[in-house]
Amino acid sequence: MSVRSTITSQFQQVAIEQERALSPLSDELKLVHSGLDSLSFAIIVARLEDSLGIDPFNASVAVEFPVTFGDFVKLYENFAK
Amino acid sequence: MPSEERSLWESISARGLPSGRLHGTRGVIELGDLARHSAFGGQLEELRGASVLLTAKDQLTAALAMLELDGVARRLVLCTPDLPLQHLPGVIAGAETDCCVRDEGSAAAAEIGLPAITLQPALSTRTVTRRGQLATEWILLTSGTTGAPKLVLHTLASLTSALAGQPPPPEPLTWSTYYDIRRYGGLQIFFRGVHGGSLVLSDPAESVEDFLRRASAAGVTHISGTPSHWRKALMSGATGRLAPRYARLSGEIADQAVLDGLRAAYPQAIVAHAFASTEAGVAFEVRDGRAGFPESLVGAAGARVELRVTEGTLQIRSAGTAERYLGAAERLKGPDGFVDTGDRVEAREGRYYFMGRRGGVINVGGMKVHPEEVEAVINTHPWVRMSLVKARRNPITGAVVTADVVLAEESSAPGPRPAAAELMRELTERCRQTLAAHKVPALIRIVPALEISAAGKLVRPNA
Repeated sequence: MSVRSTITSQFQQVAIEQERALSPLSDELKLVHSGLDSLSFAIIVARLEDSLGIDPFNASVAVEFPVTFGDFVKLYENFAK
Repeated sequence: MPSEERSLWESISARGLPSGRLHGTRGVIELGDLARHSAFGGQLEELRGASVLLTAKDQLTAALAMLELDGVARRLVLCTPDLPLQHLPGVIAGAETDCCVRDEGSAAAAEIGLPAITLQPALSTRTVTRRGQLATEWILLTSGTTGAPKLVLHTLASLTSALAGQPPPPEPLTWSTYYDIRRYGGLQIFFRGVHGGSLVLSDPAESVEDFLRRASAAGVTHISGTPSHWRKALMSGATGRLAPRYARLSGEIADQAVLDGLRAAYPQAIVAHAFASTEAGVAFEVRDGRAGFPESLVGAAGARVELRVTEGTLQIRSAGTAERYLGAAERLKGPDGFVDTGDRVEAREGRYYFMGRRGGVINVGGMKVHPEEVEAVINTHPWVRMSLVKARRNPITGAVVTADVVLAEESSAPGPRPAAAELMRELTERCRQTLAAHKVPALIRIVPALEISAAGKLVRPNA
């Protein structure tokens, strides 16, 4: 599975578990408008660390906090390279 | 600044009527109007000498009650709106409350089981005369091992000790906080706001963008939140709506990423991270933009707040520490007056860094989780023999809860063993039914065994 599709399925899975209405995922979608809360994002990042084996937030280089879904995917894609 | 003899109202009006405002989502109150008018109408005197449970949901309503009841009530118990109803009887018994001050959003008087006064976030036109007199005990709730809250006893003097002796700001400041002001971190900002300034209160139903827009419109200059609040704000892309002169983090470990994020968002501001706890009070504030704190703060002779590190955990003694727990045998501080924070620290190159909590207490976005409470729920599943709940570092909420689970042997289990995915779904569902969302494990692993100590106890990381 690609990084993008892994991330997409985690967003969908966590939204179901947390009983949150997930907005359609496009690159322009602002995370704040995705329907997910901080705890949902925390769970997504923890599970992505398990499934992709990476945690770009914990890297030694400073990261910019992602604002859109596209930023979020790019952060993981760049780190996975 | 407040002194022991003065009530909160007397101390904020000591140099003349306060000119600031309290901004809520449901209204704005001129602090000076409290000199002659009351949110209680004529009912304030009924509460003189009473032990009062404050359950108002709206923060502005709660702020008015706090301003008016200090010096009047014998005891003031601050409940946050997320306190589960099941814990109220324990709080009421522990604090021996006589009555409840609520609003339309809080539980009904019948559910609480106390006579109640219902407030609006507004002042009545009726004229009142303020007299203080009583040294009110302020009771804050903090989470305990079993999930039932512990009752921490403070006084106005201990709560405001970080402000004592500080010169008044040369111009009025407008404070705001993402925190609930019924929690220690938020309460500190409440006192700063009402002492010669204004205060913008948050509302959990409001988006980060709307909150920042409202804060900006009110001219907020000083703002505080937990690292998790700030990460959420940074991820909203809306931090630019505000240009504060001071941005403060407390309540959780501030890592370098969130400090750098705030520095980039607010290049003009002082970015400070503070250490405080409900029991230990405010210990220090660091303004150099780096995670951790300078080693020189520990053991400094004659300091207003004394810090020491004993067996790797931070201990604090100051006039800001709480007095004791109410209704519990547990001691809040040692015989020498030091409070053990339970926060582990490690020195590296002249600086101490926070390494998490002793005893495995997990801090998820500023909310404590006791692993034992979560394990107790997981262990009720017929297929679970034992479990270990622990923290995993997380860039969004500081930590999340994870669980390692050992399954029962086929021979002792009830029927055929479910598939792993099905079992995890069941365990998650079981936790969700009885625990707050932040306590539900984000990840559950099935493991062959867990380490047991010679004393027969689960070996906990860093315990």
